[in-house]
Parts: sequence; C-alpha cells; structure tokens
Amino acid sequence: MKLTLKIWRQKNADTKGKLVDYQIDGIEGDMSFLEMLDVLNEQLINKGEEPVAFDHDCREGICGTCSLYINGEAHGPDRLITTCQLHMRMFNDGDTIHIEPFRATAFPVIKDLVVDRSSFDRIQHAGGFISVNTSGNTIDANAIPVNKHDADTAFESATCIGCGACVASCKNSSAMLFVGAKVSQFALLPQGKIEATERVLNMVKQMDEEGFGNCTNTGACEVECPKGISLENIARLNREYLAAELKG
Amino acid sequence: MSGILNSSIGRKFAMALSAFFLMIFLVQHFAINILSVFSADTFNEASHFMGTFWVVQYIFQPILILGVIFHFVMGMILEIRNRNARKIAYVKNNGNANSTWMSRNMIWTGGVILLFLGLHFYDFWLPEINTKFIEGDMSGTLANGEYRYFEELQHKFVDVWRVALYCLAFVFLALHLLHGFSSAFQSVGANNKYTRGLRGFGKAYAIIIPLGFIFIALYHHFNH
Repeated sequence: MKLTLKIWRQKNADTKGKLVDYQIDGIEGDMSFLEMLDVLNEQLINKGEEPVAFDHDCREGICGTCSLYINGEAHGPDRLITTCQLHMRMFNDGDTIHIEPFRATAFPVIKDLVVDRSSFDRIQHAGGFISVNTSGNTIDANAIPVNKHDADTAFESATCIGCGACVASCKNSSAMLFVGAKVSQFALLPQGKIEATERVLNMVKQMDEEGFGNCTNTGACEVECPKGISLENIARLNREYLAAELKG
Repeated sequence: MSGILNSSIGRKFAMALSAFFLMIFLVQHFAINILSVFSADTFNEASHFMGTFWVVQYIFQPILILGVIFHFVMGMILEIRNRNARKIAYVKNNGNANSTWMSRNMIWTGGVILLFLGLHFYDFWLPEINTKFIEGDMSGTLANGEYRYFEELQHKFVDVWRVALYCLAFVFLALHLLHGFSSAFQSVGANNKYTRGLRGFGKAYAIIIPLGFIFIALYHHFNH
C-alpha cells in the first residue's frame, strides 16, 4: 500500500506547527497505524531527519496513551478502538491521511503529535478517589452488597481509560464524558457515596479551571470513545452536580 | 448554590430551563395562531384576551422577553467559552462522522431565529405596544368597531417576501429544535429508559410546530 501522509510537525509548545507531507510505501493491511508510523520513523532516521513524535505505550488499547486525530476523527475512522488498534486495512492504496494531535487548550501540544493531558490527572486528583482506612481495619469491598445493575453500570463507567478522545472529538473540547465516567463509577457504589458531594463539586471546578469547554450534547464523544462510554454518564454528572449544589 | 451560574454544568442547566420555557411558549403561541385558520372571531377574542389581560401583559410578557434575552446571552457566553477551549482548529475535521449538523450549528440556527425575532417584533409587537401604550387604545377594535387582530394578521402576510422570510426562519427553528429539545433534557440530567421515546417526541415537536407556523403564514398569504 502506498500512502501520502500529512503529519502535524511542531518543534515544541512555543513554536507554530504545520502539516508536512510524507510519502510511504510497502504498508501492509495487517499493520497497526502505529506500526505504520514506526516504519515512517525508521525511514526518517535513516535519512538523518527528525522522527515524528507520538504517544504510545501498551499498544493493546488499554492504557489510553495513544492520541491521534486521523482524517478528522479521534483514533481514526474505526469505532470502539484506540489508535494502536487501528489497522491499515481501513485505508486504501493511494489514500492521503491527515494526522494531527488531539486539539484543546487544556491539551497543549508538547511536540509533533504528543499532547500534555495532565489536566485529566489534576481533575482526578481533585476527587476521583475514595478515602479508605488502611490502618488494618479495612473492610473487604465484597462485604458490602451492591445491586447487580449498579455494579455493572459502575464497571462500564470505570472502563474509561482517560485517552481524551472525548475532548478531541467534541467541538467544544468538553471533558464532561471523562468527568462523567469518573464521577459515575464512584457515585453508583456505596463506597463512593460518602464523598459524593464534594467529589463532584471539586472535579467540576477543576474541569472548568483547566479550560475545557461546555457540553452541548452533540454526542460526538460517545461515538468516538474507544470504550463506548455513554452519554448517560454526562446526564448522571449533571444530576450529581445539581444535587450537590442544592446540598452544599 | 451561589456559584452555580459560574460552573459549566450550572450554565447548561440554566440554558435548558430557559429552553423549556421558550418551548412551552411556542406551543401556546401556535395554539392561538392556528385559531386564525379555523375562525377569525375566535382568533380575535383569544388575541384580545392575551393582549389586554394584565397577568399576560405585565407578568408573562416581561418574563418571556427576559427568557429570550437570557437564552441568547447565555448561548453567546457558552459559545465564546467553547471557542476559547480550542484556539487552534483542526486542519481536517470530520464532524459528520460523529454528530448531526444541527447539534454543531446551534449558535447559527439560533442567530437566524434571533434575526427573525427582530422582524417579528417590528411586524407585530412594536405596533401593539404603540397602539396600546403610546396611543392608549386598549379597545382592540378598528374604526368600524370590529376587532383588528385578524385583519392585521392577514395584512402582514400579503407580501410574498415577508412570507418567504417567515418560512425560512421556521425552517431554522425546526433545525434548532431538532437538537435543542432532547439536548435540554440531557442538560438537566434526564437520560433514562424514556429517553428514546422523548427523542422521538422531540423530533415530532421540532417538525410539527414550525411546519404549523409555515402553514399559517402560507394560508393567510393565499387567502387574504
């Protein structure tokens, strides 16, 4: 497969970036998208050029590190996958592929296709946890009965890997699907109810301070989420937040 | 509660509440206007009641105007904040792959509706205010003693260009409502087993109400 790649190149956070064209040949349909970029980088290094910087780690779709905006979609044209699970068979010989970093003010570009998603970490630090007594009196989590439906729903929310595709896909760069999933996974379980009020207030406050936009319910985040996190999480976030404001 | 309007979720909640209010108002407006198709007398009586009853004039009308202003101002605030949340746009963005045109263009469809409201106020609201509160004529009648409302309505829809503008505005209203109806429910946290049905009802509402207004405008244009 012979392809034309239009890749965003940007030296660092302080410089302006631009799309640079690359021609690449010999790409197999069974290669992953990141393997295709590995081939390109090998060629660039052999020519003495700077390789393209991009994020990756597990390459199994579970770490949430890869973060490319491919042909106008987060993680490319396939559904329920991360970029590392995108295969080149999704493209045709002779295609031109646009590759850009996830774009949001809260996700500044560090270099080329690598963005700083530490804003998600700071939101998590603000409330994405439960406080557990670890002095030896810890109660086994399984000792507390949990409704099956709630347990399943909480688990579905907890599958969010924090990749940021929701922010990248949203026309407003809203992080509400991410925050909704993180709030939901605790709000649905008895262990999370104790700190529920301050959790949602603190996480939403941090989300707003990071400069994410406002959700306008386009649903793009749900479609592009590699883990299929649903909009119900945003509705639950809205309910939890409004209830917390009324209490607090 | 003090900080609710300073938060992204609080602003969305307030936006949704004003949307609910305006959607209820639309039904009421449509219910009275459609009377003009069936009976001029009933339309005249309903219009006179709405135009002279003090609760409508001095309580509901100011609330309605404030509701429209609030919805527009809050929409602009949200739009500005959302644009700041992505200062560098994608070179290639395939929005159609994951969302509807209506959901991505609420600010533009809303803007067209606002422009239409300017024309609508010029056509009906300002002459009403002038007649009732500047000229002081609260009778609602013409020189011959008959009610003026049906006559004024038909007169406005003689001009084909005005009718065309009204129809175009109602198409944009339908586009705005096709996303806005279900979006408002999501914003107040309503996403449950009734959501699918609610979306269907919202689509029907978003098509039937604007289509009804278009029908009324065309009916009076061709029957004056």
